[in-house]
Order: sequence, then structure tokens, then C-alpha cells
Amino acid sequence: MAKMTMVQAINMALKQEMAKDDRVIVLGEDVGVDGGVFRVTDGLHEQFGEERTLDTPLAETGIVGMSIGMAIYGLRPVCEIQFSGFSYQNFHQIENHASRMRWRSQGRFTVPMVLRTPYSGGVRALEHHSESREAFWAHMPGLKMVIPSGPRNARALMISAIRDPDPVIFYESKALYRAFREEVPEAEETFPIGTSQIVREGGDVTLVAYGAMLRPTLEAAETLKQKDGIEAEIIDLLTIAPLDDALFTASVKKTGHAAVIHEAPLSFGPGAEIVARMMEKAFYYLEKPIARITGYDVIIPLFSREKSYLPDTDRIVRTVRKTLRTPMMA
Amino acid sequence: MPRKKIKLNSPVDSLSILDLNGKVDPKLEPPLADDLLLNLYRAMVLGRRFDERQLSLQRQGRIGTFPPITGQEAAHLGAVAALRASDWMVPSFRETAAELWRGRKMENIIIYNNGYGEGAVIEPERNDLPWSIPVGSQILHAAGLAWAIKYRQKDDVAMTFFGDGATSEGDFHEGMNMAAVFQIPAIFVCQNNQWAISIPRAKQTRAKTLAQKAVAYEMPGIQVDGNDILAVYVAAQEAVTRARNGDGPTFIECVTYRMMMHTTADDPKRYRTDEEVAYWQKRDPLSRFEKYLTAKKLLDKTAIEQIEADVQTEIQQSVDAAEAKMKTLGDPMDMFDHAYADMPPNLVAQKKMLAQDLAERAKEAPHG
Repeated sequence: MAKMTMVQAINMALKQEMAKDDRVIVLGEDVGVDGGVFRVTDGLHEQFGEERTLDTPLAETGIVGMSIGMAIYGLRPVCEIQFSGFSYQNFHQIENHASRMRWRSQGRFTVPMVLRTPYSGGVRALEHHSESREAFWAHMPGLKMVIPSGPRNARALMISAIRDPDPVIFYESKALYRAFREEVPEAEETFPIGTSQIVREGGDVTLVAYGAMLRPTLEAAETLKQKDGIEAEIIDLLTIAPLDDALFTASVKKTGHAAVIHEAPLSFGPGAEIVARMMEKAFYYLEKPIARITGYDVIIPLFSREKSYLPDTDRIVRTVRKTLRTPMMA
Repeated sequence: MPRKKIKLNSPVDSLSILDLNGKVDPKLEPPLADDLLLNLYRAMVLGRRFDERQLSLQRQGRIGTFPPITGQEAAHLGAVAALRASDWMVPSFRETAAELWRGRKMENIIIYNNGYGEGAVIEPERNDLPWSIPVGSQILHAAGLAWAIKYRQKDDVAMTFFGDGATSEGDFHEGMNMAAVFQIPAIFVCQNNQWAISIPRAKQTRAKTLAQKAVAYEMPGIQVDGNDILAVYVAAQEAVTRARNGDGPTFIECVTYRMMMHTTADDPKRYRTDEEVAYWQKRDPLSRFEKYLTAKKLLDKTAIEQIEADVQTEIQQSVDAAEAKMKTLGDPMDMFDHAYADMPPNLVAQKKMLAQDLAERAKEAPHG
């Protein structure tokens, strides 16, 4: 087993699937010779040639629209949109076609494509380079929306996404790309899309997080344990849609308290859906209102103010303390 | 450091073979088999009469809104006539005669236009995509299919259809550019029917022709008389040969006219004159082709009457079949079908909710 970054782990997944299956085609801007601006596709061009690591013209709609046609033909395109901030130029291709070709064609045509794109803040980037808009994609019937939280699950989820018979939006946190290394086994690992994971067990409060927010949530749980004696149970969603609500509803039935953490804006964010599911499925077990620790409903500020926008360990700790202290309504 | 004119490649031809009276230019007449000519004629008549029948069904409330094709039969039929079954047709939504030619069942078109998704079914032997309603968005799917065809080293082609309005969309330009850059077997057929709902062709672009847009992509482009099925066929045949030989994409502008409304929900009298419609009436593709075939002694009055009668029978059978079929369709529970390969838990739960809602409604409904 080698210790690798998330960039290296996703790269490994792509290499392994491309070697195994000649239907897998990587395409996008700068993904070939340059190996991608984050180097996620590094070395693919040398190993698999120009045809399977396609450097495309600078046209996001074109990349996604072509991927749809390739997938209908029976290929397994993995396209890269260089930054998620540029993926709105191809939004209509996903909403109007990728997500509904199976339905429209009565099951004759399917679109087994993966759209990889870096999202999230915290890397001192330019405007349009820091947003978290997973809710857009999670809201679309027919689509799957995946966000890994580290190298090992990113590698496993990427392999599962490529093999998935339906279109998958695969968000990669820029903040996580090189944040830490993890053991990633050379032997193939997959992870079922639509399945969340308990990453820390505890009986006092349920914390639901994903992507780049998992690490500050884990740190917050340590602090709460050390300083307050609070044991948090943490669910890493991994898939945003279709949402696995089994683990977090079971957890909140046990703890009676919950908070959801994401960097996407508060209103209509994934937290709203998660809280609604808890209300529907665990209402009588809830002891306190559920907290949402999220970005604000503003454009994510440029990096001088970004720290105050993004949920961090401190905000999570303070909010969980307040949640647990909130008196019950008379 | 001189300043001089840059000589561009890709000159744009204009092609017309039949004149307004159906008289053929013998130098340009393609050597098409009599059978093919008669089949094309029958398919044009079928497209026209089916349009008329659907309009009457729509006015009677027996189907929903639909986009008529009258006047454009030659433009799309002539193009797909150059394809073979294994080629791909990527339609927009105004290519009914071509879809029927490619094997789509008339009854399914009626079923679809009456709000049943089942009518969009594509039989396994047809390599055609379903309708794409967002204008121009399907053009890129043809580019993707063509890329895959080349990757798999097949000599099939992908032919896509769109209107003059679509040439203003970004997807059109991205598709043309991708196809030219990758030299893939894609054929772009523009049915320039002069109107995008109420916006005339002159307000879509300052360009003198739509065909010249190919020049910017270093792609062969040709403007044809889209109401002349021979000209459309010849241009499509050239494009197909080029694509099959690995020589890349082609753009074909078929100059035609939408004789009817954009869809049955539209009233063209609000934005265009009767004089303009009359001008195009004189250029009707069906009567021109009929005159050509009559002069060629392939058709006479009796033969035409027979074809008209046969076509009406076929349409009536399809209407009957569609109406019988629709009686078996419409179970609301089917709305959850074909969402994903495997139904995720949220849909399983929601399907149960719908079943419960339907059961409760049935219980509460007054009996008798």
C-alpha cells in the first residue's frame, strides 16, 4: 500500500479503469499533454495516447454534450470541467439530456458518464473557483452526485462512478487534493454510490458532513470529547444524491441531537434535505432543534474574507455546544 | 509587412436541381433508381398527409400540441435518404417524414403527441435518438456519436438536424467546432425554414447564408434548395461519402419554409404575411417532385390517386392502433420507470406514497 494524496488516488483510479476497459475515455481542457491543471490526469496521455485522453477545445457545453453522445454510443466518458464554476455553461446538457436520456428513450439509451470537477473553497483562489453548488445537481432527477472526503474513498468512488450505469457528477475538493496522504491499496476497491459511512461513533450528538467539511468535523469531535466530554457520531455522506438517510436517521434516534455541516449556502442546501429527513423519520427522538453549520447565503467572498465564510472546527464546536445547551421548549 | 486578403478554403456552393415547375437540370440530375424515387415520393405524401391528420386530431382535442412539418418534407427526407440503417440520426423535432422513413411508427408519434412517453420508444434496430426540444442542444450528441464511431473504426455517420434559430445557439458552434477539430463523421443539416417562432431568419444572423458558417470551422458547407429533394439528396450523399471515407464533417443548409405554425399553439398570422406564404406555396417541394416524376413517366394521375389512398389507409390504421394502445397506457405508477438502472430508496419510498395516494383517492371517490 502506498500513501498518496487525493490527486494521486483519483489518478490511480482513472489509470486502472482505463487499462481495464477501452470504453473509458478521459476528455476535457488541458487533461492530455498537461495532465490537468491539478494534475489529476497526469501520465494518462503517455500511457493511453491522445485518443483516450482527449484535449478538447475550450468549450464546456461541447465537452459535456459530446460526452453524452459518446456514452449513448456505449463508451464510458470521464470528462473534466476544470473548475465547477465553469460547469454552469454545460448545466443544460446535464439537466436536459444526461439526466433524462434513459427516461426519454424508454430505457433504450443510457448515459454512463462521469463529470469530474473541482469544487470548494479554502485555497485562496479567484472568483468562480471556490463555490459549492452540489445542491444544483442533487436536485436533478436521474443524476447521481458524489463527493469523496479523502484519497482512499475518492479512488474507490471514482471506480464505482465510472462503472455506474447512470450519469454521475463527481465533486473533488480542491482543499483536499493535497491536504493529506492516506494508504490506498493497489488492489481494486470500489465503494457503493448512494451509501454513507459512519466515521466516528458516539452517543451524544450526530454530525453529518461530507467532502472538505469532514476533517474540521472530525477535529471538532475531538475537541468536544476532550473539553466537554461530548461524544459525537459522525456520518460521512460521500453521496449527496441519491441520499442515504439510513445511517444518519438511525444515529439521531440514538443521540437525539444533530448538526449538519456543509460549505454550500444555508438556504435550500443539502442540510435542508437532511434535516427534513430527520424530521420525517426520527421526529419523536429529537431532543433539540437540528443545527445547520454552513456557508452563508452570499457569494463566497474572495479569499481575504473566505475564512469567516467557511465552517471551521471552532464554529462547529461552538454550535454543537449551543445545540446541546438549548433548553427544551416548555 | 504587407496587408493583403487571406485566401480562405472551404468555398460554399449553392445547389438546385429541380426548378419551380419541377423541371430537372439534366446536367445535375442524380441517377437514382426508380424505386427509390417512388419511395421518396410516397414518403413525402405520407409526411404531408400525416401532418394534416395530426392537425385535425389536435384541433379535435385527440392529441396535444405538436410541431407540423408541412413544406419541409424534402429538406429532411432527402437528407436521411442518403443514410443506411446503421447510421445515426439525431433529430430536433421537425423531421417527422424522415423519422417515418427511418422506421419510427406513426402510431408512436401520435401516442407521444398525446402525452405518453411510450411513444418515444426507439426499437433496437433503429440507431436514432429521440426528439430534443431545447433548440440546438442535440447537435453535440451527434458530435459525440461521431467521435465514438471514429474511435471504434466504423464507417457509419451521425447526421443531426436543427433549424435556422439553432445556428444562434452556442451548442451549434461548439458542435461544429468539435467535429471539425476532431475530423469526425458528423453531418449537420440545417432546415432553414425562415422562422424561429416569430423571429425571421434575417434577425438570427447578419450572415448572407447560414452555409457560410462552415467556413469559420474549415468545414465544407453547402446551401441547397431545401424544397428540391434531389438537391438535398445529392448534398447529403456527398456529405455521407466524405464522412465514411474519413474526410470529416459537412454542414448542409436546406433553404425551405415552415408553411404552418411553429407548433399548434402558435399563430403565425401575428408575425408574417399571407403574401410571403403564397410565395413559398409556389415552391412546394411535394408538387415539384410530383411534376418531375410525372414528366419522367414514373407517376400518372391513377398512380398518384392510388398512393394517396394507400397513405390515407395507413394513417387511419395508425390512428386506430394508437387510440387502442393508449387505452392500455397511462398508469401513473409508471412515472417512476426508467429513472435509473436501479431504483434508489427515495424513489422506492415515493412510489409507495403515490400508490397510497391513488388508493386513498379511489376510496374517497363517489361510487357508481
